[in-house]
Amino acid sequence: MNPLTGYLLVAALLFAIGLAGALTRRNAILVLIGIELMLNAANLNLIAFWRYGPHPQALTGQPDPLTGMMFAIFSIAVAAAEAAVGLGLVIQIHRHAHTTDLDAMNRMKG
Amino acid sequence: MQETISFTPQLGASAITGMLWLIPAVPIVASGVIAVLKQPKRKSASTLAIGALAFSLLLSLIAFGHVLSGWSHGQAVRETANFTWLQFGTTNVDLGWVLDPLSAVMLVMVTFVGLLIFIYSTGYMAQDENYTRFFCFLSLFAGGMLGVVIANSILLLFMSWEIVGLASYLLIGFWYLKPSAVAAANKAFLTTRVGDVFFLLGIVWLFSQTGTLLFYNGGAGSIEANALMALLHQHAALGLSAAGAIGLLIFAGAAGKSGQFPLHVWLPDAMEGPTPVSALIHAATMVAAGVYLIARVYPLMQAGALTGGTTTALTVVTWVGAFTAVFAALIAVAQNDIKRILAYSTVSQLGYMMAGLGMGGVAVGMFHLITHAFFKALLFMGAGSVIHGCHEEQDIRRMGGLKSDMPATFVTYSIGMLALCGFPLLFSGFWSKDGILEAAQHFSVSKVPFYMLVFGALLTAFYMTRQVSYVFFGVNRGAKNAHESPRAMTVPLAILAFFAMALGLIGTPAWPWFRGFLEGHSVNFEWSGFNEPGLLALMATSTVVVLLGLVLGWRLYGDNTPRPDESDVLERAMPLPWKWLHDRLYMDELYGMTVIAFYGWWAKVADWLDRRVWGGAVGAVAWAFGLWAQLNRFLDTNVVDGSFDKGCEELSTGGGLLSRMQSGRVQTYLRLLALAVVALAAILIWSSRA
Repeated sequence: MNPLTGYLLVAALLFAIGLAGALTRRNAILVLIGIELMLNAANLNLIAFWRYGPHPQALTGQPDPLTGMMFAIFSIAVAAAEAAVGLGLVIQIHRHAHTTDLDAMNRMKG
Repeated sequence: MQETISFTPQLGASAITGMLWLIPAVPIVASGVIAVLKQPKRKSASTLAIGALAFSLLLSLIAFGHVLSGWSHGQAVRETANFTWLQFGTTNVDLGWVLDPLSAVMLVMVTFVGLLIFIYSTGYMAQDENYTRFFCFLSLFAGGMLGVVIANSILLLFMSWEIVGLASYLLIGFWYLKPSAVAAANKAFLTTRVGDVFFLLGIVWLFSQTGTLLFYNGGAGSIEANALMALLHQHAALGLSAAGAIGLLIFAGAAGKSGQFPLHVWLPDAMEGPTPVSALIHAATMVAAGVYLIARVYPLMQAGALTGGTTTALTVVTWVGAFTAVFAALIAVAQNDIKRILAYSTVSQLGYMMAGLGMGGVAVGMFHLITHAFFKALLFMGAGSVIHGCHEEQDIRRMGGLKSDMPATFVTYSIGMLALCGFPLLFSGFWSKDGILEAAQHFSVSKVPFYMLVFGALLTAFYMTRQVSYVFFGVNRGAKNAHESPRAMTVPLAILAFFAMALGLIGTPAWPWFRGFLEGHSVNFEWSGFNEPGLLALMATSTVVVLLGLVLGWRLYGDNTPRPDESDVLERAMPLPWKWLHDRLYMDELYGMTVIAFYGWWAKVADWLDRRVWGGAVGAVAWAFGLWAQLNRFLDTNVVDGSFDKGCEELSTGGGLLSRMQSGRVQTYLRLLALAVVALAAILIWSSRA
């Protein structure tokens, strides 16, 4: 078992946990946490493929242009912004409806 | 026959010719202005009409003077002013006016006689409520007639001709509350329309053959030599050349307007209008239009005549004229309405003019037209004065003895009557009628017209004597409080009476000024004019005939005219012919049984066709379409609408189902999304495996 498969398995596990959390939790903050987990699983994938993936630089040991690293850092920055917006929304919802239960937020239906 | 006339070549129109259009335009504009005046503005209406016509008279006199000054060295003036009115492709529709001796003489006559009639009308119509309207129509009438006179384009002539027709219709039916007046107006309009249809055909034919509407256009006009040569070489039916056939068509139009047999029936009925209108129609304007038209297109009528010969068209004109002259004079003998007698005498005299044109040329016919215009206007206005004085009585059997009550009217009327009879030497009618008789004597085709016209002269003298006896002599048989008419009426009578005598002087054989003026050769006074072979004998014959008629009339009537309940002398002598003549030889009845009955029958047939055949066909089509519409409706409601409705219902149900999926719960959506991703991944993996 090469190191890449191990990382990918861990990332998949992390993603599955995050997805399960996002889908099953009723509390909006917990759903956000689940989403963060999924994002980080994706980041882990990015790093793993950068380090062990089948691209030429990885095989020949050439000086690395830090592409994957940069990708992950951008992703974390976006995730941080997204968490900020998401938490802001949650606070607004709480102020508006005095609850953070997602099942109560069902007014956008046909 | 008329000699070839030489005219001065036209060197551009003079200023006077250029302004000639003002002569008809001013009365027509005046008529338009009067039309918008309020009804109580009586004074301004008559002043405007009279002023406009006086202005036209002034212009006419200037134009006449211009023609007169150009008449020298055996030449006559002929000036035209032409312009293009419309253009269709390469075809020009030209209008224009012409100033030559013929139009100049007519202009002066129409404006002068018309002016006197206008002045007379202010007296005659003084009590009428619609005084303003009357002068509006009168002015339009005069303007239309002046348009006919100056026209150098047959189209302009026809347009003015129709204005005259319209105005005559309006004036004859002026007292439109009287059913007989309305009927007479319709009759006049429809009868002249019959002639006008032929006239229009003639115009179209002439235009199509010559390509120009102008009479004179420096050699390119439709009745100048070039066009006439072309027309002569074309053959229409029955051995006529195109020129002859067009001439006959135009003559049919002239016969309608000028009351020639068989289109004369409207003229006696036109008496239903006010008397000044009768004077205007019968003397100066409408009936003169037909004679003038023939004089205007005379080169066309005469085309192809050899020296001393005649043409088919002119022969027809002669025969119709001569027949009309005798026919109408016969009827006039047995009439009792003062105006109706004069109306038939007009028809008869128009026959003389036509015969004169046919046999003697323009000068002969036109001279009689001019003299007749004066004495017939005089007679009609005199008759109007009598009617006015007798409180609207028109039956001569209920008049009588008026010579002491109405002296001025009596004297002037007698002068007019003697002029009409052709009393020798002193009166204009003698000279103009003699000219016609002289031409008839030299007519190459037949001597019969001569005898007819002599007989007509005898009848004329007879019936006029009868009328004057009935009206002015004997005892008063019913007209109470007869009174002389106002000055506005008697002064025009006196002026006309003067001209009824004096005009003869310009047409005597010793000094044929009128003929010279029209034909453009110089005239000297010489007694030798009477020395022509047969002329003195002819004058003696005509004198004897006239005297015979007068004496016969005086012997039969004179001071012993019968009372209203007694029958006429002639009626007692020969009741049957009298009845025929009294009933106007049954011309109206004949038309009633033939033309009108045919139209009635045809109208019924057309009505039946309309109702049954065309109506049925239209009904069947409508029914078929109704049925088709029913079918369409059924298809629409059940097939088209049904399927559409069904589709809508399905869409709505589907939408309802889909909308149920949209629960608003974010996590449900996410679950579906996750499932879809998993499914997508499964498919991708599966397909890459394969």
